[in-house]
Amino acid sequence: MKRRPASVIFATGARYILPLMLLFAFFILLRGHNEPGGGFIGGLVVACGFALFALAYSVADARQILRVDPIQLIGWGLLLALLSGLLSLLLGLPFMTGLWPDFAIPAIGKVGTPTIFDVAVFLVVIGVVLNVVFSLAES
Amino acid sequence: MNLVVFLPLFVPFFTGIIGLLLWGKPQAQRVVSLLGGIGLTLVGANLLLTVIQQGIQVTYIGDWVAPFGITLVADLLSAIMVFVAGMMTLSTVIYAIVTLDAPRERNGFHVLLHFMLFGVIGAFLTGDIFNLFVWYEVMLISSFVLLVMGGERAQLEGGIKYVTLNLIASALFLSAVGILYGVVGTLNMAHLAILVPQVEQQGLITTLAILFLFAFGIKSALFPVFFWLPASYHTPPIAVTVIFSALLTKVGIYSLIRVFTLIFTTDTAFTHTVLLIIAALTMILGVLGAVAQFEMRRLLSFHIISQIGYLLMGLALFTPLSLAATVFFLVHVIFAKSALFLVGGIIHHMTGTYDLKKLGGFYRVSPVLSVLFFIPAMSLAGIPPLSGFWAKYALVRAGLENNQPWIVAAALGVSILTMFSMTKIWAEAFLKEADDGKLRENVPALQSIPAALRLPMLAPIIVLAVLMVVMGVAAEPFFALSLQTAEQLLSRTEYVQAVLGVQL
Repeated sequence: MKRRPASVIFATGARYILPLMLLFAFFILLRGHNEPGGGFIGGLVVACGFALFALAYSVADARQILRVDPIQLIGWGLLLALLSGLLSLLLGLPFMTGLWPDFAIPAIGKVGTPTIFDVAVFLVVIGVVLNVVFSLAES
Repeated sequence: MNLVVFLPLFVPFFTGIIGLLLWGKPQAQRVVSLLGGIGLTLVGANLLLTVIQQGIQVTYIGDWVAPFGITLVADLLSAIMVFVAGMMTLSTVIYAIVTLDAPRERNGFHVLLHFMLFGVIGAFLTGDIFNLFVWYEVMLISSFVLLVMGGERAQLEGGIKYVTLNLIASALFLSAVGILYGVVGTLNMAHLAILVPQVEQQGLITTLAILFLFAFGIKSALFPVFFWLPASYHTPPIAVTVIFSALLTKVGIYSLIRVFTLIFTTDTAFTHTVLLIIAALTMILGVLGAVAQFEMRRLLSFHIISQIGYLLMGLALFTPLSLAATVFFLVHVIFAKSALFLVGGIIHHMTGTYDLKKLGGFYRVSPVLSVLFFIPAMSLAGIPPLSGFWAKYALVRAGLENNQPWIVAAALGVSILTMFSMTKIWAEAFLKEADDGKLRENVPALQSIPAALRLPMLAPIIVLAVLMVVMGVAAEPFFALSLQTAEQLLSRTEYVQAVLGVQL
């Protein structure tokens, strides 16, 4: 870590809260199809976790543990969203037709193209929010 | 699945994403952007040819059949607009690659340009009025950033006016869509075309029509809500101004044409008379604003407003001939305006100023540039045999056939003033020499630009100028297509049949 954290309690707390928030965000993402939740809100939770970390330590530290540039996250998220829509074209169906497999994965449930789309939204939201937060904090 | 309709949306979106993934690598972004521009032009041409040969093309996104899901519809008007948008994107990209400053390019000009085009194309293709609102937002958010990118003082000042007025327009648009849904119970435009005449409270429909007119009026810079345009369009670099002037206000006009031919046709005696009065005031006030200007970009910005008046006049007269004139005029004015802004950009590139008082002598030094200015300028003024002449001729004839001599008088008067202000640029920037009668010194020639830059800068203007001459000399096929478009818009049956599969 490059500089001393502002508060030892806050900094120690942030290190434990971040993984919990990431897990919780993943749970929200997956339950989102039929119940409240989904990629958008899940992405916000992830972004909050990293924003908290950036407050407790520094933006540079938060960027370091994020490992990817937030702009790249936006790009990959949008690409994933586009691909989830394009899959149905292979079957001769219109763009963005929802495709669901017959089998369900234990504990998660069926994973179809709308799930992939939700993951894409998840990535885009993380990318956009963190890009805004980091830029504001750095300037 | 109808890929032909989907591809023009896919290309700019995909180009934008790839550009985003190549963030921080301007060279690679340029290549991607150029390929995206070429791709969009090609799929646009493909769409237009398909629509001409096989009629209206429809696709249902997500396999949700109309009127329940979002429908993409390409009729002749949409297809023409998509094709022209592709051409303008390509021109802008070529011009931007050689002229745009490095910081703006690094900050994602190309990415934003293609995301904006994604919104523009979506607005042209959607068959759902709420979805139209969404595409407007996609387009506007990218345009906000493009407008203020660079962060110069004037840009931010113009940006605030642009953003404020456009947000008001969006709010009005959304409220109007909400009320329309409350009254009619559908958002699919073809379905609306069937259900709106059956609504009992026709007064409410007329009110809604005016609400839509106001919302789209702000977007397309009509009287009395055009003030954001001359306050903001002259502030960004010329590459941004070109694509804004070519497409953004035209999306507003496209939406007006769409709703006032497809949906709000029950009380034309009232609504289209209002349109006609607004058209006259828009063209007159626009041109009067232009006459007073000595800054080239401001002057041209006011002309955008004035030309929008002509476009609206054709819609307001509401006959096959007048609508055909509007379609023809729409394409013509996109070409003419873009070419003029591009010439202005080259002059600025050589001299560092847009101020007509400080310019002069280009006719002697750069005859090629002079010709490239002269063609679009005279075309805009409506001098035969250029494209603008036929556009205005058809409008004037439609006005006379409709027994509206006053609008014809206004249109012709505005034409003379347009001619006057084009001559002003010509006299000031191209003909004028030093005050004491001697030849002006230090006028930069085109040759002062390195050859590697000169050709890409001139190429879009040359293509546009040639197109204007072709559209003027061989106007017949273009006008026949415009007439066919107008008839398709007016009859509405083909549109409704294509989307819903039922007769109107």
